[in-house]
Amino acid sequence: MTAIVEFWNNLHPLLQGVIKGLAVIGVMFPIGGACSLVERKVSAAIQGRPGPNRAMPFWFAWVPVIGPFLQRLGVFHLMADGAKMFFKEDSLPGHVNKFYFLLAPVVAMIPALTTVTVVPFGAYFDEAGRMIPLVLANLDVGILAVFAIGSLGVYSLILAGWASNSKYPFLGGIRASAQLISYELSMTLAVVPVFLMINVPGGSGTLSLTDVVGFQSGTWQGLTMASLHGTWFIMTMPLAAIIFLVALFAETNRLPFDMAEGEADLVGGFHTEYGAMKWGLFFVAEYSHMLIGSGVFTLLFLGGWNPLPFVPLASVVGWLAHLSPLFQHPLAVGLLSIGIFLAKVLFFMFLFMWVRWTVPRFRYDQVMKLGWQKLLPLAIGNLIFYAVLIALLQPKL
Amino acid sequence: MPYVVERKPLTLLERVYIPQILAGLRVTLKHLFAPNVTMEYPEQRPPIPAGYRGVPTLVKDPNGREKCVSCQLCEFVCPPKAIRITPGEVPADQPDRAHVEKAPQAFDIDMLRCIYCGLCQEVCPEEAIFLQNQFSMTGYTRAEMVNDKARLYELGGTLPDQHFKWDKKKDAAEHGNAH
Repeated sequence: MTAIVEFWNNLHPLLQGVIKGLAVIGVMFPIGGACSLVERKVSAAIQGRPGPNRAMPFWFAWVPVIGPFLQRLGVFHLMADGAKMFFKEDSLPGHVNKFYFLLAPVVAMIPALTTVTVVPFGAYFDEAGRMIPLVLANLDVGILAVFAIGSLGVYSLILAGWASNSKYPFLGGIRASAQLISYELSMTLAVVPVFLMINVPGGSGTLSLTDVVGFQSGTWQGLTMASLHGTWFIMTMPLAAIIFLVALFAETNRLPFDMAEGEADLVGGFHTEYGAMKWGLFFVAEYSHMLIGSGVFTLLFLGGWNPLPFVPLASVVGWLAHLSPLFQHPLAVGLLSIGIFLAKVLFFMFLFMWVRWTVPRFRYDQVMKLGWQKLLPLAIGNLIFYAVLIALLQPKL
Repeated sequence: MPYVVERKPLTLLERVYIPQILAGLRVTLKHLFAPNVTMEYPEQRPPIPAGYRGVPTLVKDPNGREKCVSCQLCEFVCPPKAIRITPGEVPADQPDRAHVEKAPQAFDIDMLRCIYCGLCQEVCPEEAIFLQNQFSMTGYTRAEMVNDKARLYELGGTLPDQHFKWDKKKDAAEHGNAH
């Protein structure tokens, strides 16, 4: 064990970074794929049908109980889908702008996989009891980097829509760009109160997502200001959380804000002309966006890797340490925190699917109206309210 | 008397959306855990109601003889021209079919053309062709989708018959009053 740690520490930092990055991508890609399967299963269950349950490698049928069970679960459809995407004929329409047409899916993947670098997905404690986040790059600009890079995703939609040189994809791209830019505003404004809260005047300012979670990991101290550190921001700022969540749905192009690809009015929207793995990249990028978005929401409003309000990770580790000191090992704490964080993120992935089958798709003008006339004033009002409140309260914090 | 539905203005709670969406989420969550209503087709088959008009088939009389006399009325009436009949004589060396007038040499129904209209069944003077409850016709080639005579009789089987036409003809022939 120590030899491995030694070997790891002696690696070149660049190499370490590459390995860590590949590891994170290696987890995100399969989760994205698995989500596409879960999406089909959840859709089916809500609609009262069994969903994918046919595909099975022929030799797997020999395994007595597990084989049929996995077949009913539809897990092999994931492989079938993947194989199809890789081996199906990848046609390139003759009328497209080839360079940008091929570039668009790649551009879709870049922000999806880049934002993950600043999103912490767990933490452990060093000997001094300080919280060390598990994050690829613990930048102080945290949330700013997420918004800056995440909003680049709109380029892929515009590129795909424009380069397809066809009317429906073009309209899809236009709609998507307008929608994404509109909701970016309210999304960002909804987050500002959170950072007003965690940044004490006079101290060094931070936009790091880790510090947001750090602020939310406190215990119950009675009805005092100190207890604010144990609450989650969804309890103290519910309106901001709702605005952020709605904007997140719009940003990730999920129903009911499915303007970019509304198949009823736009065939397939911006990806009408795409097929095979090029289309698959858009698909994975959408799920990666959802994963990152849910992760950011969890970190900002749901206490990150803290299991419950007023029950931070440190307390849980303390209780577990009574059972066995092994639980205090950084590896165990890291795995526990990642587990808690992932559970919350996966709940949000489920919420995305759940809402998809509940709320019908908005009309385009309704989307714009909601974004500009409802959410944006709400977000501004919310910001002013909390700015005043924090200015009044913070001297006592 | 026209019935006018008055559109009530939405209440504040309805305009806020969130409670309504939560109520919707509750409904869909209930469906998530409700049992499936799907019939899983190849394993489970739907009950076919009596009088269902599926694939046209040829039937035999209670003695196991062909009823079709290859009059070609069905071929003539068939709107999409799906039926092809080659008329033929009944072989003389089959004593149990001695009074059968004629029989088709070949009888093909192209199921890629058939529109299940049932005119062939209506027009058949011998009640030899019936649209029965077979509803699942599939095949991998065009040739597979053409039902030949053997296949038509296999699908059709024997239907109970009230007329016993050939038996009456046989009786008439034996008792010397043919017509």
